[in-house]
Amino acid sequence: MPTVIVGSALDIVEYCGVPRFLFTDFPLGNPCGPPWRQDLQRMIARQALDLLRDAGAARTTRRSDVSWPSDDEWRPRYGRVKPEDVERLRALGEERRRQQVQARKPG
Amino acid sequence: MTETVRYRDRTRDYYRALGYPSDYVWARFDAVPFAPLAKPLSQLRIGLVTTASPPDLGNRDASGTRQVWSEAISSAPARLFTDNLAWDKDSTHTDDRASFLPIEAVRQWAEEGLVGGLAPRFHGVPTEYSQRKTMEIDAPQVLERLRADGADAALLSPL
Repeated sequence: MPTVIVGSALDIVEYCGVPRFLFTDFPLGNPCGPPWRQDLQRMIARQALDLLRDAGAARTTRRSDVSWPSDDEWRPRYGRVKPEDVERLRALGEERRRQQVQARKPG
Repeated sequence: MTETVRYRDRTRDYYRALGYPSDYVWARFDAVPFAPLAKPLSQLRIGLVTTASPPDLGNRDASGTRQVWSEAISSAPARLFTDNLAWDKDSTHTDDRASFLPIEAVRQWAEEGLVGGLAPRFHGVPTEYSQRKTMEIDAPQVLERLRADGADAALLSPL
């Protein structure tokens, strides 16, 4: 079945390899457009449908020209490990592994 | 042009910081299939696929494993459950369903004749650590359901 993927993680999708990919350069969570912006969501849906029609081979990526409407401060924020977080994350990981072991114990 | 965020690097660093001994192995395919359209866009029925969960998390089986789920477009809940997914909770929100599942936008283009229409249901696929479950169980189910809906093509919009 022909498919088009609309997504915001360019590196992950291109590493995987997909037939058609419309890249929207937004914070993860809103690949189809900024919340409550029906005008921009409509443009992005149009671009996805156009790509579905136009692509002629696998691994076709097209970059949407719709920009995220606020500043770029989201770019460095997501998932970044700051030095002050190292100890907290290590403890969090240990707690998660402890819970996973617990969950695997029968009864 | 602004440099795009390198999510694979960020994810690797994050899990290393959590103390996991081995890095996540991302799905990767040397050969990527390509299905051309069988009819003009204006005659295509589009099926929508999301990675969000139903609001009541009703897609979990008795063992708690998440399964493929489907819902009628006409009764799509205003909000879907997304808290369990990795998206940028510091920078945005998912209160507007249309920001990740384009029911209204595609329907409008169908009304204008650009595309044939929407399939009667949308489908939800769990994001799985196990690529085997995605490939061997979930993906075939989604394809089967899309075909049952008479979809000619699918638009997938993972969060």
